[in-house]
Amino acid sequence: MLETLQNLALGFGVALQPPILLYAFAGCVIGTLVGVLPGVGPLAGISLLLPATFGLDATRAIVLLAGIYYGAMYGGSTTSILMRIPGEAASVMTCIDGYAMARKGRAGAALAIAAVGSFVAGTVSVVALMLLAPPLATFALRLGPPENFALLLLGLLVLAYMSGGSMLKSLAMAALGLMLGMVGIDPMSGYFRFAYGVVELGDGIGVVPLAVGLFGLAEVLASAGQPTPPKVQKPKLRELLPSRQEWRDSMAPIGRGTVLGFLIGIVPGSAHIISSFVSYAVERRLSRHPEEFGHGAVAGVAGPESANNSATSGAFVPMLALGVPSGPIPAVMLAALMVHGVSPGPLLIQQQPALFWGFIASMYVGNVMLLMLNLPMVGLFVNVLRIPYGLLYPAILVFCVVGVYAVNGSVVDVWIAVTMGVLGWLLRKLDFETAPIVLGAILAPLLEMSLRQSLAMSDGHYAIFVARPIAAVLLAVGAALLLLGLRAWIARGLDWRERLALAEKGDAP
Amino acid sequence: MTIDRAGGGGLALLALWVLWECRRLPLGSWHEPGAGAFPAALALVALGLGLAIVAVGGRATRLVDVDWRETPRALVIVAAGAFLTFGLERLGYRPSVLVALLFLVGAVERRGLVPTVAFAVGMAWGSFYLFNTLLKVPLPVGPLGF
Repeated sequence: MLETLQNLALGFGVALQPPILLYAFAGCVIGTLVGVLPGVGPLAGISLLLPATFGLDATRAIVLLAGIYYGAMYGGSTTSILMRIPGEAASVMTCIDGYAMARKGRAGAALAIAAVGSFVAGTVSVVALMLLAPPLATFALRLGPPENFALLLLGLLVLAYMSGGSMLKSLAMAALGLMLGMVGIDPMSGYFRFAYGVVELGDGIGVVPLAVGLFGLAEVLASAGQPTPPKVQKPKLRELLPSRQEWRDSMAPIGRGTVLGFLIGIVPGSAHIISSFVSYAVERRLSRHPEEFGHGAVAGVAGPESANNSATSGAFVPMLALGVPSGPIPAVMLAALMVHGVSPGPLLIQQQPALFWGFIASMYVGNVMLLMLNLPMVGLFVNVLRIPYGLLYPAILVFCVVGVYAVNGSVVDVWIAVTMGVLGWLLRKLDFETAPIVLGAILAPLLEMSLRQSLAMSDGHYAIFVARPIAAVLLAVGAALLLLGLRAWIARGLDWRERLALAEKGDAP
Repeated sequence: MTIDRAGGGGLALLALWVLWECRRLPLGSWHEPGAGAFPAALALVALGLGLAIVAVGGRATRLVDVDWRETPRALVIVAAGAFLTFGLERLGYRPSVLVALLFLVGAVERRGLVPTVAFAVGMAWGSFYLFNTLLKVPLPVGPLGF
């Protein structure tokens, strides 16, 4: 414990340096704007800003990107409460009771509860991240290629299981992502695979073109021709204080949302979205007045908002400790660190203590900044929505193109992004999740490498995956998840994934 | 035709194409897989999943019932994106962005001449200044010198 506190002191030494504070602040502001704007989610925001971090050192880059991530989680609640438009997918549940509170004249209180809940959840979950990541990293040092293979495979299966909608379709999208990840030079034999003479494809399909295309450009295409959002109501500063009863009603949901969100965040999948859905369901189940849900229940705002912010920190645990991203956003952040020559994983905490602990400390600082930013400046952020969509989407298109081009200075990457944009739009129309594609493409080379290394270790005997206890347990858990997914499929019932998919479409349960 | 069957069928076709392309790569042996083994195995998995989705996708939403209203505008945006990509290194960053934005804001969104030109010029030169000058991200300059 003493060692942790010493390390944290080292982290604050880094995070409180004026330039780092400035980047954390910039990240929080940009993230809040990203969260406020419907359609520009945190993934698109981080992907677009990624090239802008190339000139920075790794610590500043990760602090800026993390600020965008949790800033977007805060900002998403604003439009949900004031306009019933979720700024990003995790805020869908906040729309229901947040907007109902706003219609009752309690918009200010709903915003304050969402901001305080987000602050508490963000801060507590950073403590959990700080305590959990180092021992997990120490444990991960004992894992060899067979365990890594089993862990990566389990990650994909969990993602498919936890995603909204059909598990079969999520697995199909993960398989598509894995196939895309096969493009490029085979690292073991040097063969060019599926490159068709395009030299730029030798390094494979990059994460940024893939993510910007599937999320940024696809969103622009999907929302083409949409009307300008409705008029916004702006609460006054003095209306922001919740009543004593509202505070009392929000305390337990904030606590439960924090714990739930963090635990769900560690698990691969669209954690922040799932956590808000689960938290809403739990609060309604535990409430003495479940009939109030949908009509302005305080717990319906406090729980989901706390959960999605807590899940943000939880998602960093496997990324920092194991080097395994738990979703597309940590995957892009992982790519950002790798661009700066930093390899996240078990050795990160030992080899780069200033970066790791500086990042942790910056999250504490960022949470305080967001609380100070979001409440008094809510009216300012909401003004962003006054930009007509007819001007906004061309600007987003330009930022998508420049963002992708800047990574490698390659037009091929931009063509990939445009193609992926069309693919992402079509897949949305066909009701397929696109997040597993990104994760599949990132994990494919790692998965193949660990499989072939494992076979080299065992002289080609596949029994190595069941002979080693950790690998066997991980594979058994994966098989159990597959069976669980099949059970819901056979029973033909509407399980929680289908309900989540319906909620994300706006048909709240 | 339902949305699931269209998606599953598309994936199955892609998987078949990947399997066909894998013939150019060494498959290796069961105990020592070659460069083509993993892609071929993935294609087989994708083929199985695609066919399974086709098999069970009969009850999904019908393709004709999907709201395709945004398609014409989406295709125009794709065309503008394609032009921007094509012109990026041939015309230069600023002229490509300028033309793409003049087309999108002026012709597609039907804004007035002055706001269209102001927006397009501001975005083209402003984003170049932000990325190229301030953030040191090199952006292509065309034959006209900008």
